[in-house]
Amino acid sequence: MASKIRIPAPLRKLTKDLAVVDSNGATIQDILADLEKNYPGIKERICDETGQVRRFINIFVNGEDIRFKDGIKTKVEKDSEVSIIPAIAGGL
Amino acid sequence: MEKIKGLKCKECGEKSPAVAKHVCEFCFGPLEVDYNYDFIRTQISKEIISQRPHTLWRYWELLPVEKREVLTLHEGFTPLWKSRNLGKYLGLKNLYIKNDSVNPTFSFKDRVVSVALSRSRELGFNVVACASTGNLAGAVAAYGAVGQFKTFVFIPADLEAGKIVGAGIYNPIIVGVKGNYDEVNRLCAEVADIFPWAFVNVNIRPYYAEGSKTLGFEVAEQLGWRAPDHVVVPVASGSLLTKIHKGLSEFHQFGFIPELHTKISAAQAQGCSPVVTAIKEKSDIIKPVVPHTIAKSIAIGNPADGYYAAETVKKTKGYGETATDEEIIEGIQLLAQKEGVFTETAGGTTIAVLKKLVESGKISADELVVAYITGNGFKTQECVEGKVSKPYVISAQLNEFRSLYENLVQNNIVKVPA
Repeated sequence: MASKIRIPAPLRKLTKDLAVVDSNGATIQDILADLEKNYPGIKERICDETGQVRRFINIFVNGEDIRFKDGIKTKVEKDSEVSIIPAIAGGL
Repeated sequence: MEKIKGLKCKECGEKSPAVAKHVCEFCFGPLEVDYNYDFIRTQISKEIISQRPHTLWRYWELLPVEKREVLTLHEGFTPLWKSRNLGKYLGLKNLYIKNDSVNPTFSFKDRVVSVALSRSRELGFNVVACASTGNLAGAVAAYGAVGQFKTFVFIPADLEAGKIVGAGIYNPIIVGVKGNYDEVNRLCAEVADIFPWAFVNVNIRPYYAEGSKTLGFEVAEQLGWRAPDHVVVPVASGSLLTKIHKGLSEFHQFGFIPELHTKISAAQAQGCSPVVTAIKEKSDIIKPVVPHTIAKSIAIGNPADGYYAAETVKKTKGYGETATDEEIIEGIQLLAQKEGVFTETAGGTTIAVLKKLVESGKISADELVVAYITGNGFKTQECVEGKVSKPYVISAQLNEFRSLYENLVQNNIVKVPA
């Protein structure tokens, strides 16, 4: 049931150095809340005060950028792969 | 360190020291130089600036270096003039041309590189590098050589010959990557993570980018300390456009120009126009594209400052427009034949888009408009092959010339008065 969430290197201090963690959640919003419960402090690195994903972070569900889907309301089927990837300012 | 407080994240405001870093550790946004404007204001005036040498370093106080000793090849303070023929041709009464094709390495990149390498020296680097669509490589190679740095330039392997020679003559190590610029840039980000080098558009980017403000400063000063009504700027990463706006804003903040209502319009090639697309769709998301255009200098499919460029156009009530490859070449021809300036494809794009904006009523006849010409035509000669006058070849015989002349008259290429 759980999806696999790939954590980028700069955030692994918050996930006890784990590069991949499991998370339950029917949408990205649910998954982010779940991550925050298990790894406090991670949500504010990914989302701003309004709850939107920060401009320089990309989230992909099975390779698709959620910005071109439903944003944080994007549905996440079970066994999905969710990747959190910082956009490198000054390049790709 | 009185002038520079440190670096500040453009997105979340998080502060950090003024070192070689470009990404915010908290939110991954881009870092910018954080100036002590109150202090700077006490150090500078229009009078002081006016008396300094005619290079971009006349604006030293607003540039991110700590020492007066800088690495300069006398770049900047390039000609700005009211158009002689082009304005009339397009239906504009106050069109000005800002000609950056005559900088030391023949593009506006000399501005950002002079700043970047001056700062790199201050930060103690011995090796400098860049990812480039061509002009930046030439500038980094030249300033790297003169500054006695070891220099690496990374370019797409299929760049125009003029750009490769224009970098190679200064004897850098040229790495030709089999891919487009976006792939070169990504590789450089990975290299910059491992090698302790000053990558001007990666870890030195916050300082590098500031050099482009001088294109805003100079236009304001050269117009007699006032802002233009409208400017047209070619867009690759989007950095130039945002920094022209920042330069004009800083001058306005200091009271050097009385008003600031300048509309800033973005020019891109149709074959690579992620920023113009976002502007036209009124979207704040830049969708990366794979470039397909002869305008290689502006062929960046995933522009690092794309969002900020689109926001600046929106905020200043400017426009975004594109030009086809055909229109870009026509733009190069038009600028050459009307104003005597041979520009490369980025400049051709600017002129082509300027023409479209006038034709569509988005720029009116009375506006004081500045067209930014950012690079030199000798760098991209391939694109005008077959579109320029070719020699009629004859022997050194008068009768051969007479035959040629009669031929030209018969074909109406030369008109003889009745």
